[in-house]
Amino acid sequence: MSDATAGASGLIDYEATLDCVHCGLCLPSCPTYQETGRESSSPRGRIYLMRGVAEQRLPLEGLVAEEMQLCLGCRACESACPAGVRYGHLLEGARAEIDARGARGRLRRLSERFLLRNLVGRRGSLRGFVAGLRLYQRSRLQAFMRKSRLLWLLPPLARADALLPRISSPHRPPAVVPALGRRRGRVAFFSGCLMPELFGATNAATVEVLVRNGFEVVVPEKQGCCGALQAHCGDLRGAERLRERNRLAFPSEGIDAIVVNSAGCSASLKECGDSLSGAVRDIAEFLADVGIEPPRGRLELRVAYDDPCHLLHGQRIADAPRALMRQIPGVELVDLPGHSDCCGAAGIYNLTQRRMASRLQDRKIEALRRTRPDVLATGNPGCLMQIAAGVRRARLPVEVLHPIDLLARAYAKESQLDF
Amino acid sequence: MAEQLPRAVELVRRLRSIREVAEVLDGEGELFPYEADAFTLLRGRALAVVFPLSARAVQEIVLACNAAGTSYVARGAGTGLSGGATPVDGCVLIEFSRMNRVLEIDVTNRTAVVEPGVINADLSEMVAPLGLHYAPDPSSQSACTIGGNIAENSGGPHTLKYGTTSPHVLEIEVVLPDATLVKLGRRDGHCAGYDLRGLFVGSEGTLGLVTCATVRLVPDPETVCTLLASFSSLVGACEAVAGIIASGVLPAALELLDDRTIEAVEASVYAAGYPRDARAVLLIELDGAAQGVAEERECVERVCRERQAIDVRAAVDEAERAALWRGRKGAFGAMGRLAPDLYVHDAVVPRTRLPEVVAEINEAAARRGLRLANILHAGDGNLHPNISFDRRDANQLQRVREMGEEILRICIEAGGVLSGEHGIGIEKRDYMRMLFDECDLEPMRWVHDAFDPEDRCNPGKLIPTPRACAESNPRHRGYAKVEF
Repeated sequence: MSDATAGASGLIDYEATLDCVHCGLCLPSCPTYQETGRESSSPRGRIYLMRGVAEQRLPLEGLVAEEMQLCLGCRACESACPAGVRYGHLLEGARAEIDARGARGRLRRLSERFLLRNLVGRRGSLRGFVAGLRLYQRSRLQAFMRKSRLLWLLPPLARADALLPRISSPHRPPAVVPALGRRRGRVAFFSGCLMPELFGATNAATVEVLVRNGFEVVVPEKQGCCGALQAHCGDLRGAERLRERNRLAFPSEGIDAIVVNSAGCSASLKECGDSLSGAVRDIAEFLADVGIEPPRGRLELRVAYDDPCHLLHGQRIADAPRALMRQIPGVELVDLPGHSDCCGAAGIYNLTQRRMASRLQDRKIEALRRTRPDVLATGNPGCLMQIAAGVRRARLPVEVLHPIDLLARAYAKESQLDF
Repeated sequence: MAEQLPRAVELVRRLRSIREVAEVLDGEGELFPYEADAFTLLRGRALAVVFPLSARAVQEIVLACNAAGTSYVARGAGTGLSGGATPVDGCVLIEFSRMNRVLEIDVTNRTAVVEPGVINADLSEMVAPLGLHYAPDPSSQSACTIGGNIAENSGGPHTLKYGTTSPHVLEIEVVLPDATLVKLGRRDGHCAGYDLRGLFVGSEGTLGLVTCATVRLVPDPETVCTLLASFSSLVGACEAVAGIIASGVLPAALELLDDRTIEAVEASVYAAGYPRDARAVLLIELDGAAQGVAEERECVERVCRERQAIDVRAAVDEAERAALWRGRKGAFGAMGRLAPDLYVHDAVVPRTRLPEVVAEINEAAARRGLRLANILHAGDGNLHPNISFDRRDANQLQRVREMGEEILRICIEAGGVLSGEHGIGIEKRDYMRMLFDECDLEPMRWVHDAFDPEDRCNPGKLIPTPRACAESNPRHRGYAKVEF
């Protein structure tokens, strides 16, 4: 087996596939296995396929490539795996190998890579693009397009349009935001690529809550996309370039943490093992660790929390967001069935694997229908968009928010109390 | 399957035409991961994988296979550890994962009627609000299916008090190799005539295919107390096991984990808080009425201390209890991080012989330079020595194989048997002769041949070929002996 990877780019981490002992405990955790019942659509099966490719017992083209694309990369299997298989890492390698060997559609691969590198990966172009979208929404063109069903002439556009959240104003904070009251420390805020453009209000809420709790917030000007989406799609080189930019942008000293409010980004930043990784904290994790001043403003809301996969499975953070929301007076946390299952967003999965994504979205919506909360809280932009789109389609009276939005609201209500 | 024989193509077409079949897989890549179940040392390549949705569909699949002269193998979640669901080359693999409905729950009689693909833990979870559970709890219970449990007569930690799968299966609906559908056993548990249900449970899929089962549900105990006792010697822990049973206490579970197992578990997502400095721990669960449990606990603690336990403590709450069990149940997988490959053994000895047997096995492993960790369903005398190795090292692989035989030899010499719960499958088929001579094996062959005269139903498993005609017998074919 010495020449197991001959003729290949060797991007599949063969040694890491051997950590899997084929026990099968991952099967019930895997959304695509639950849906299809096929061994090849299970984590164990996919690892076996990777191994088969590396051992040159199986071609990469065809089924193997398809199964690697059908995987959500939700990493629920990692939470179930007793052998500690690094499935997310294996998947990235396999996808990179697929692209290196040109084992999937060239057009799709190149357009995906182009958009992720040049639209998502570049702040300037993303800003311009989202500004256009915002105009599209506010000019009521969107309402017209949706109503007139003109969009359905171009299904990919219709799908993308259905996912669009109500775009708030972009968030452009100053480079330093001073702490309010007693100063407890200094953190750097990783603002993300999509977050400041599509979820400006949530980014603003994040900074407000940090500042309100005594943290000075620095927002490095030159930062950008974390590279997670690119890496998940097999573009390891593109991801590395983005990481390099962030390494240069963030200060290495004088801050307590680099705080991130997007679970996919915090997982990716923690795992890339560079100079930033050790300092990265998800916002919920950070606040729960340092402790917050409980807000005095009341929110009479039933809140269901849905775990973002890359927070729960990628970072093993389950209690922190719940603990934070429990500190809001009036909030009643209700258990959402299937809260640890993927919603189908999975980065750009809901655009590339529409059918599976909407099956998983349906499950989430069904759970919401049964639970009937006022608010569905989750801490990742992809999940926020995916669940909100499902809620809109099902016409459920559920508001979809980031946990930090709720905290900020509760703090905002305090000022009303003070008058 | 690049060049399929016309007969094979015809068979796949016929399988596809069956109405209540959800899907038939026959692509090279799709079949590839079905090469092996959780026993990966031997593998085979199926002709197709078929997903039936009803007993009627299973009958038609069997008819189609019979017409084509093709053998077939049942498969649930593929978590078995003896190769029971490993396909024989060119067979049809009947995958039951989509026949997974719970058809009926009878609270008064405490029974459930389930299809074979229902996941073991799902059944318990479903009836938990009724204060009931399904007692057999193999370590893979979060993934394995009831159908697979019936085939293997699976055990688990709680087998000590509640028994293996067999006493929990009241009635089964079975498709026989001639495609007839029969019911074996009775829902009320009273049967007249031959106990064919008993014969069927544990027959490893060699006599027919279970399509529906009525199983017993057990009321949750009033009190549960889970104790963790740590020992500075493995022998001390083994002696405590014999001591506890001799004292008259029957724990619900009595498990032993040695230091290497503890190390692996504590490094995994199933970290349970086992003491890393102990040479071995016993996980002892007592259940029943509160008064009785308290008395038993006192007795168990005394016995452990007499055998030089370093510490004995009880789980303080349900969360800690659950964590202790998760650690135990994840232990097999957790070993995966120690080396690329893992060989999980399964054998049983009289529990009074545990101290010497465990010591002897450890010595034999050390002599061969192999890394061996012990997990024991100690109360039953059921050993699971786990050997970590790298199959790419041919020399090491040879030593692992020798070690496997030696473990069985040691256990059988101590008055034990080949398998406690994993089954014989293909893994131990040829070792059956260590336990049985030809005269003992012959009646098993009669039984087999009465049900499956054409030898199409999971062929090549469980019963070794008669010595005289090993070359000509079809039961000897199949299973690429690639690595082992």
